[in-house]
Amino acid sequence: MSEFLQHLINMLVLGGTYALLGIGLTLIFGIMNVVNFTHGVLYTFGAYIMFIVVHQLGVDFFVALPLAVLAGWLLGAAIELTLLRPLRGSDIDTTMLVMIGAWIAMQSGALWIWGGVAKSVATPFPEAPLVLGPVSVSWLRLFVLAAAGMLIVVTYLLINRTKLGCAMRATFQDQDTASLMGVNVDLIYTSTFAIGSSLAAAAGALLGPVYVIFPQMGDLAAVKAFAIVILGGLGNITGAVIGGFILALAEELGAGYVSSGYRDAMGFLIIIAVLIFKPTGLFARSERVG
Amino acid sequence: MKLGVAILTIVALASVPLWLRDPYLMNALITTGIFIIGAMSLNLLLGFTGQLSLGHIAFFGIGAYVSALTSLGFDIGLPGGFRVVHDPWPPVAGFALAIIVAGLCGYLVGLLSFRVRGAYFVIVTISFAEVVRLVALNWVELTQGPLALTNIPSITIGLPELGSLTLRTKLQNYYLVLAVAVAAYVLISRLVHSHFGRAMRGLMENETLAVSVGIDVTKTLTLAAIISAGIAGAAGSLYAHYIRIIDPEVFAFINTVTMVIMVITGGKGSLAGPVVGGMIFGLLPVFLRPIMAPEAQWIAYGGVLVVILFVLPRGIVPSLAQRFAQRRSRADSAGTVAFSERDAKEPA
Repeated sequence: MSEFLQHLINMLVLGGTYALLGIGLTLIFGIMNVVNFTHGVLYTFGAYIMFIVVHQLGVDFFVALPLAVLAGWLLGAAIELTLLRPLRGSDIDTTMLVMIGAWIAMQSGALWIWGGVAKSVATPFPEAPLVLGPVSVSWLRLFVLAAAGMLIVVTYLLINRTKLGCAMRATFQDQDTASLMGVNVDLIYTSTFAIGSSLAAAAGALLGPVYVIFPQMGDLAAVKAFAIVILGGLGNITGAVIGGFILALAEELGAGYVSSGYRDAMGFLIIIAVLIFKPTGLFARSERVG
Repeated sequence: MKLGVAILTIVALASVPLWLRDPYLMNALITTGIFIIGAMSLNLLLGFTGQLSLGHIAFFGIGAYVSALTSLGFDIGLPGGFRVVHDPWPPVAGFALAIIVAGLCGYLVGLLSFRVRGAYFVIVTISFAEVVRLVALNWVELTQGPLALTNIPSITIGLPELGSLTLRTKLQNYYLVLAVAVAAYVLISRLVHSHFGRAMRGLMENETLAVSVGIDVTKTLTLAAIISAGIAGAAGSLYAHYIRIIDPEVFAFINTVTMVIMVITGGKGSLAGPVVGGMIFGLLPVFLRPIMAPEAQWIAYGGVLVVILFVLPRGIVPSLAQRFAQRRSRADSAGTVAFSERDAKEPA
């Protein structure tokens, strides 16, 4: 039983960051109809920004986090402006392939600049975990969960309570009408991509210090994000949050009770299973984007 | 005229070993040829049905593992105390089984994913390839996991009255790959120009219209997936018996991307496209190796894919064919324009 509780705790920590990844991807897919293959690179990028800011610039860990989010936002905006804006109106396959090209170039760039050796980020949290009866959890992981939860709430409020969010939802429903109503669709697209990218970078910046960071770390993160998005239904933010926790639970239980070698297979198996039994996602009926 | 170009190309390719003695270049040509076969099979799906299979390397890798395991033999325990023991079979049987098993996997993936197409198909195929890679990595008893399957025998061809010939040298493997590539090209070409091929292209261009004239969408797409996967499996088998060692890294996503880049650069939906694109990207590393670090090469690959999509979205071969057709129609009188248009629609 205590083992199961421990898995549940781990699931919460993982699920929070997975939800961040999923929200970013589902926003971009839902609003822009772009399958964003650079999502994983943004995750890697966020983790490396943490490493650079903390270790090479000597800045405090808690200051580095918002910087990583900001850097992800800027990089996302740059990708959208240079690669996606000129291709507006082209079919989904073309943008997908362009994103694949960008992903390979950027990931190889990361490998070139930072090398293939895994690095770790020092954190200000005590080594000794917090022991709660039969389970224990490290302070760092608790902080990751809290930060991820806060970012999820902020994103939710941004989309449901602000003017920008309202314009994003309108663009998602009907781009032409939104444009007629005076919504600057180009600006919405750039904002959406930048917000989605900053969430991916935030996930990387939070999980990077928990594990180690290396240039290919984003690949698995990207596939997990795809699994979450498919699970929750494309463009469904609430679905992405729930999907993030379901994937985390499946991974924890799979690693704990089946075989740790197949931990990372869970995401793929979920994708395949969902597409067989309920191709529209588990929560397709609920309101999308918001 | 097209037949003439094809025969000239084959003769030129067949004469390469006569003047090229460098073993490093020969090796690059053979692996390039194997990847071109893979790219051709990908093009059958991507270019003629419009379905982007981003897990195509799965079929290639399954072909490689099936072929290798058939010719090496294995002895595994299954849940419930069963043991499956397989004695080594000749590699040719492995080659045939590779095609069959890969085709079967293509059928399963097609069955799963053609109900949900577009972005979903892409993600299902990626997931499929990753699951297969993880199985290859973790089912150590069967696949040796990361330790790799080694000592895979070379392909032996039984010739009547001449005894059997084991293809060990680069020269022999070059001709083997060339022969399989030509066979795959002819097969795909025949298929694309058949009734079935028109059904595929009809679906890609206007699905509603195609359905209204009685084309069965799922059947057509699934059949295309089976054939495409089978050809990829054949390429994988050639790879296993040529390289003679395979590990789960064969399933790496980057290998699929290489094939996609070959198809997109050369021109999807064009028969010659994967060959041209494959030649460029298969041999580019040979020339880039002395001047660029491998990471820089990959940056260049990603960059080239982006640039090609911006500058030549249809790929090299269709763009050239169009320019050629325009020049010809300008030279001819207006009466033949209708003919060139028809000509341009047929895959180059």
